[in-house]
Amino acid sequence: MSEPRTLLQIDHVSKNFGRVTAVDGISLDIRENEFFALLGPSGCGKTTLLRMLAGFETPNDGRILLDGRDIARTPPNKRPVNLMFQSYALFPHMSVRANVSYGLEMERLPAAEIRERVDAILATTELVPFADRKPEQLSGGQKQRVALARALVKRPRLLLLDEPLGALDKKLRGAMQLELKRLQHEVGITFVIVTHDQEESLVMADRMAVLKDGKLLQCDTPHAVYEYPADRFVADFIGVMNFVPGKATADGVLAANGARIAGKLPATLSPGATAVASVRPERIRLFPKAQTANRISGTVEALAYQGLDLQLHVRTPLSPKPFLVRVTADAADRRPVSAGDTIELGWDAADVRIFKD
Amino acid sequence: MAPALAWLTALMVVPCALVLALAFFRRGTYGGIEYTFTLENFGLVFDPLYAGIFLNSARIAGTATLIAVIIGYAAAYAIAAAPRRLQPVLLFFAVLPFWSNYLIRTYAWIVLLNREGLVTQLLRWFGYTGEPPSMLYTEGAVIAGLVYNYLPFVILACYAPLSRLNPELAEASRDLGASVVTTFRRVILPLTVPGIAAGAVFVFVLSIGNFVTPALLGGGRFQMIGNLVYDQFLTANDWPFGAALAMALIAIMLLVLMAQAIATDRASGHAAEARSNVDG
Repeated sequence: MSEPRTLLQIDHVSKNFGRVTAVDGISLDIRENEFFALLGPSGCGKTTLLRMLAGFETPNDGRILLDGRDIARTPPNKRPVNLMFQSYALFPHMSVRANVSYGLEMERLPAAEIRERVDAILATTELVPFADRKPEQLSGGQKQRVALARALVKRPRLLLLDEPLGALDKKLRGAMQLELKRLQHEVGITFVIVTHDQEESLVMADRMAVLKDGKLLQCDTPHAVYEYPADRFVADFIGVMNFVPGKATADGVLAANGARIAGKLPATLSPGATAVASVRPERIRLFPKAQTANRISGTVEALAYQGLDLQLHVRTPLSPKPFLVRVTADAADRRPVSAGDTIELGWDAADVRIFKD
Repeated sequence: MAPALAWLTALMVVPCALVLALAFFRRGTYGGIEYTFTLENFGLVFDPLYAGIFLNSARIAGTATLIAVIIGYAAAYAIAAAPRRLQPVLLFFAVLPFWSNYLIRTYAWIVLLNREGLVTQLLRWFGYTGEPPSMLYTEGAVIAGLVYNYLPFVILACYAPLSRLNPELAEASRDLGASVVTTFRRVILPLTVPGIAAGAVFVFVLSIGNFVTPALLGGGRFQMIGNLVYDQFLTANDWPFGAALAMALIAIMLLVLMAQAIATDRASGHAAEARSNVDG
């Protein structure tokens, strides 16, 4: 694969509404043909950032470069960027076909070309049987596909999707996540998706940015964000994490009860600082070998059977909250555990991440 | 259902039937009614003299409707675009004139428009020295009076669909490459047709049958159907012809209402959808 080309450069962009700062000096590069996710809790600024990319808000500061050209002040109808709205915003007085044609009519293309491109995108999104229906006669999933077709038919340089799966039920969501990825691959357009659902961005995105309070916390591949979170917030927000508060030492964290958690101290922390050690539930083993770096015994408080795996809540002296441990159904069958049992947990020093607390 | 039906029968159907029946009788020589069947009264309605008055009334009412819809829609648009908490206040001011009597509101225009009225004084204050413009007792004065009196109906009727419109629809149109003007013409306007139709029908129906405004602001120089019906019943004492004129007027109003029903029906599905989009 050739060197990925930068398509969009967000350069120190800030936006405030009155005294509220919604986006605070964010810089990001989005690459050509990438599936990029903007992730964060509600109010983190991700929607404002998306609206600035679409042209509905103008940044107070900074530049937005698309193919090297600053589009920060270009009106929405003059930029090669399309947005798929969370509410879909289909025109209720127009048929599916008219909705999809609308954007091409605005480009004043010849009728024959419009027809051809609309037919093609309706086929891709499996909407041909619904072409003459009005939006009110469609299901949620069908409306979503119309919204997608209406944006894709314009062949934008960049497609923005605002919580595209938010209105769908859980089962349909899973199917649409894969469907969106397939489509993105097929049409070869850069997708930027906004979501508050961390699982969604892990599944779909090539790279993701985690935002909080208008600031960028981390921007990397889902794997890197999950395995090497930039800080405690990211570690907690993405997936599930067990935290052990304490003081940083040269080779780990000294917990409040005097236990030592072995792990690599990040360069930003010096021994003696307040720190928190963390480990993912799936990295913890029951009945660990004697040479395992970190071992602790605890009492099983509750078990949650989840089909593929079993989730244990284990009370330990390390932290006020019980430890979450994920055991595969297979392992659980071999050595059954029940509530009230005292068991030993263990995990490697390499699986420990230490953050400033 | 039954009380509503009884109410409608007693207060709508019976009086209308009586008026309709009246139109088929002959006028007595010294006024009063001669109970012999005739179609003469309806024939007379199509007499060029009276048909001309009908056409004139329709033209005046139509002009007033057009002006009221343009001003009222713009006002409703501005109110719907204002901050949410300001909107009830602005609507209150829009309907405030309704709190005073129709006659008083119409007389106010005489104060404004007469030869030495407020408008002339204002012109003089700016240095105008010529003849005072003749504004009162013109067709323009009648239209101004009608527009002023019925404008709040249009504002209220247009505000309802405009305020319920999902603002993301306009954004989607802009996003797909449409200018502000195209967005208005192809998205906002079609979705608010029911409000425009309702407001327009209010103004047209109330204007075409109006007799107070033409009498006061037209100075009797501009006869509208309302004045004609009034005169037949109260001056000429020709109740059967007055009844036939009234029936013709009702027929026109029914046609207008049918047109509105068709326009609204075509747009109604869309309006419902535009609303449901909002909670998405």
